[in-house]
Order: sequence, then C-alpha cells, then structure tokens
Amino acid sequence: MSLRNYIDKIKPNFEEGGKLHAFRSVFEGFETFLYVPNTTAKNGVNIHDSFDSKRMMIMVVIALCPALLFGMYNVGYQHFALAGMLSQASFWNMFWFGFLAVLPRLIVSYVVGLTIEFIVAQWKHEEIQEGYLVSGFIIPLIVPATCPLWILAIAVAFSVIFAKEIFGGTGMNFLNVALITRAFIFFAYPSVITGETVWVVDHAICGLGADIDGMTAATALGTAATTAAAPAFSMDMVWGLIPGSVGETSVIAIALGALLLLYTGIASWKTMLSVFVGGILMALVYNTWGPDNAMAQMPWYEHICLGGFCFGAVFMATDPVTSARTEVGKWIYGLLIGMMAITIRVMNPGYPEGMMLAILLMNCFAPLIDWCVVQRNVNKRANRINK
Amino acid sequence: MANKNNEALKQPMWVNNPVLVQILGICSALAVTAQLKPAIVMGLSVTIIVAMANVIISLLRNTIPNRIRIIIQLVVVAALVTIVSEILKAFAYDVSVQLSVYVGLIITNCILMGRLEAFAMQNGPWASFLDGIGNGLGYAAILIVVAFVRELFGSGTLFGFQIIPQCFYEAGYLNNGLMIMPPMALILVGCIIWFHRAKNKDLQEN
Repeated sequence: MSLRNYIDKIKPNFEEGGKLHAFRSVFEGFETFLYVPNTTAKNGVNIHDSFDSKRMMIMVVIALCPALLFGMYNVGYQHFALAGMLSQASFWNMFWFGFLAVLPRLIVSYVVGLTIEFIVAQWKHEEIQEGYLVSGFIIPLIVPATCPLWILAIAVAFSVIFAKEIFGGTGMNFLNVALITRAFIFFAYPSVITGETVWVVDHAICGLGADIDGMTAATALGTAATTAAAPAFSMDMVWGLIPGSVGETSVIAIALGALLLLYTGIASWKTMLSVFVGGILMALVYNTWGPDNAMAQMPWYEHICLGGFCFGAVFMATDPVTSARTEVGKWIYGLLIGMMAITIRVMNPGYPEGMMLAILLMNCFAPLIDWCVVQRNVNKRANRINK
Repeated sequence: MANKNNEALKQPMWVNNPVLVQILGICSALAVTAQLKPAIVMGLSVTIIVAMANVIISLLRNTIPNRIRIIIQLVVVAALVTIVSEILKAFAYDVSVQLSVYVGLIITNCILMGRLEAFAMQNGPWASFLDGIGNGLGYAAILIVVAFVRELFGSGTLFGFQIIPQCFYEAGYLNNGLMIMPPMALILVGCIIWFHRAKNKDLQEN
C-alpha cells in the first residue's frame, strides 16, 4: 500500500490553497484511476458497486486490445506485402513496423484529447471525466495508419471541444466523439482518408521496411465502389489481412472484443445483434432488387466482413451514451444503423463506407426513437385506465 | 436626441448585433462567406439597402395604412434590391456571378424586414438611416470575420491571393475542406456568438 500512502502524502498539495492547486483535477483523475473513491453518500439508502464508469471504460479498452494488436500486425503485413518482401519479414518484423506506425497516433490522440479534458475540468472546477479513455483508444483504430499527426491532432481537438465539451462533457454528448473525429478528417481532409494511396504505409520506419513509391492498394470496398465487380470473398477478409483503417479489418479480433463486452454486459446485445440483422436484411434486399452495381451484388457475408461494419456494430453503435436507451428503441436504432450503412454503400459510390455516416445519423435520431417508445408506453397505460 | 442617434448607430454594431443577438440573416452568412470578396460586397449591399429602405419607409411611415404595411415594405425593398443587383451586374460582374441568387435573396433577409418593422415605422428618417447603417455594418462585420477564417484556412488565400506559403504545402500542409462547406460557417458563427455571450453576460440565458 505504499502507493496509497504516497498519494495520501502528496494530496494536501492539491487541495484548495495548496501550491499545486492548478493541477487538482489532474490529481483527482489519477487518484480515482488508481483507487476506487472512498467517499460514500451520507443520507438515504444506497447500493454501491465498485464498478464505476472508470472500470467500465477500462473493460472497453481491454476489449479493443485484440483489434489494436492485430491492427498493428496488419499494418506491417500490408506494408511488406506491398513491398514484395513478405517472405523475408518475420512476424516480429511486421508487428514492430505496425507498432511504430500506430503508436504515434495513439499518443497524439490521448495527449491532445486528455489535455483539453484536463483544462476544461480545471476551468469548470469539476472532476476529470473519464470518457476520453475509450474515445482516445478508438480514434487511432478508425483512421488509416498513414494519417498525418497534425491532422489527427486538429480533428481530435475539434471533436472533443465541439462534439463533447460544449454539450457538457462525458455522458452529455449526443454524437460519438471518435466518429466525429473521423468524420472531421473525412470532410476536411478527404485526401488522407479516401482513395488508394492512404491505406498502406509506403516508407520505412526506423530502418524497418522499405520505401516504396507509386505502389497503391485500395480497400476492398473502394474497389467495389469504383469497378464493375466486387473482389471475391476470401478468408483474409475474416482474418483481417486486407488494407483498411488500423483496427477495423479483422472480424476475429473484433469478435473477441465483442465477447468480452457481451459477457460483462457493457454493450447491449440487442443493439449489436440488430445492427447485424439490419445489415444482412438490407444486403439481401439489394442482392434481389438492387441497382446493377458491384456493391449491390455483394453477398451479405462480404458486406459484414468488409469495412468498418463489425467495428462500428460492436464498439460504436453500442456506445451507451449516444445509442437509444429504451429496450425497444435499441432494436429500432440498431436495425436502422445496419440498413442505412448498407444503403449508403450501395446507393452512393462517393462514400464506399457507410458505417460512419449511418451511426452518426442514428445518433441524432436516438433521442427521438426513445421519446416515441416512451410515449407509446405512456399512451398504452393511459388507455388502460380510461377503459 | 443626438445621444439616441448615436445609440441607433452603435448598438447594432456589437452589443445588439442582428446576427449575434437576434440570429437574423444566418442563411446568407453561411452561403456567401466562403471567400472574402463576395462577403464584403454582400455586406455593403445589405448596408446600403437597409439604410435606404429605412429612410424611405420612415418618410412614408405616417401615410402607410397599417394593414398593408408589409406589402409596401416589400415593394420598397424589392425595388432597392433590383437596383443594387443591376449595378453589381454592370460594374462588378464576376462578384455578382459568385453571389448568384443571394443578391436577389437580400429581399428575404430578415434583418431588413426586422429593421423596417421595429425601427423605421416609429422613427424619423435620420435616426432610421443611422440605424440601417449600424445594422448593415454589424451584419457585414460578422460576414467579414467568418469569410476571413474560411478563406484563409479553406483555400489558403485572402481576396484570391495566396497567403499560406507554398513551402507549407510542400511540407504536407493541406487546406481544410470543411471550411469551404456551409456547416463550418455555422460552427464559426456559433463560436462568435459564444465569445459575444461571454463578453455580454446580461445576454446569457439561464
């Protein structure tokens, strides 16, 4: 318990009038990060569980780890594959290459986001809110590994301030912060997040890998949007050995995270399942009656495996803050996300990936869905009385 | 009396700015501010039209029947808008092409009807003129600030001249495409309102 003693020893410095008072919120943030707060309510009967929102966030971060680790490996794998050096590179070569490519983005995401959170918390005399732990982890996973750091920093600052802090901070945002970051990059700097040149790192990092010029690799969805035929389904799409944003390629790694989230009850199985059901239904509809383009003719299992569909369904749609909260609402919300995502992919070749826009759109409608569900219940009960 | 005229001119420039406080004229503020030049032309056009319309309505205020006052105001504004539109076409053709329908749409700008109804119908021509100038310039100021930020970060230029040096682009700098789009203009106007409310605490809602 020496850490506990040390924290207690330095604590007075941070209280009102202490010399390090300016860092009070930072100190409190770290203290509650390390230890469960020992303050309890003084009146009324309360049932307390040590499972507070910090623990919950950490569970999500753990669930994201398989996707991150696999994503790092895949970044290296794609680089060596494009350079034609796959046979010479070992597993650790590939992993270290990807690690070095992704790590700066993870650091920038956390440093920029947490700095803004700390400043706002200190300014408003509030405790640091822990919501950014998850957002900061997700952001590097949903951008390409080549995304310039300064663009990432601007996008993170924009989304933390305009999607979260001005609505009152963690738990008050109605739009998913990580997705707003991606949407900002998507609309402000489209050249770094779309096209054929951004998905594979094309230069050596710290002596690992090689500089490759003029070689490009499109994502499978990008190919399907621009050519007449969709790429044939392969097991690589399930394992995730395809070009794409860092964390979204592997269905297996995302499934591991999904199992943890469902087992611990953090993510709603209703939302998750209904996103998949909506996506599969819509894909089948377009297979049968859709327009004559490659995206519409793509089989449903390929739609599900490619792009950010799985990642979005598991980690973004289920975000408890921005999703619908009523039980019936979750079904409607999830179904519409799945259907919208496939519809955007098929109907608009300009946006080969519809998941981001579908989730953001339904984030806006989630309160309306909840309101309708609650009103329906109110009316039903009112009718029962009047009868 | 002089003090009141002074107020009529100065109040709408900042403290009681039509865009920031009454949230009027937002539509054109989003539409024409992608570049600085059309924004300035738009701001000046609106200033002239509000001032002239205010004077004309103020002179007519005692003879306008109450029931048809909106129609008369519209006729006056429409005549002035047509004149300005023709002048722009004659002397600044490229800007009038850039502004396209938005010059014609000045007629629907809420600032105009707002000032005619709220001020010119009750006040004399000189006060009305000052009020029109003040409101027009207050509107123009917001347009210019928004257009400055949007053109600088969205296109890297000001008045069409490149400001951000070429070496930045070679080092990997990119123009922010979102700045060119109207949603960013709305966010910028929001930021200015945020700053304005922070400075004028009596405007803050609870």
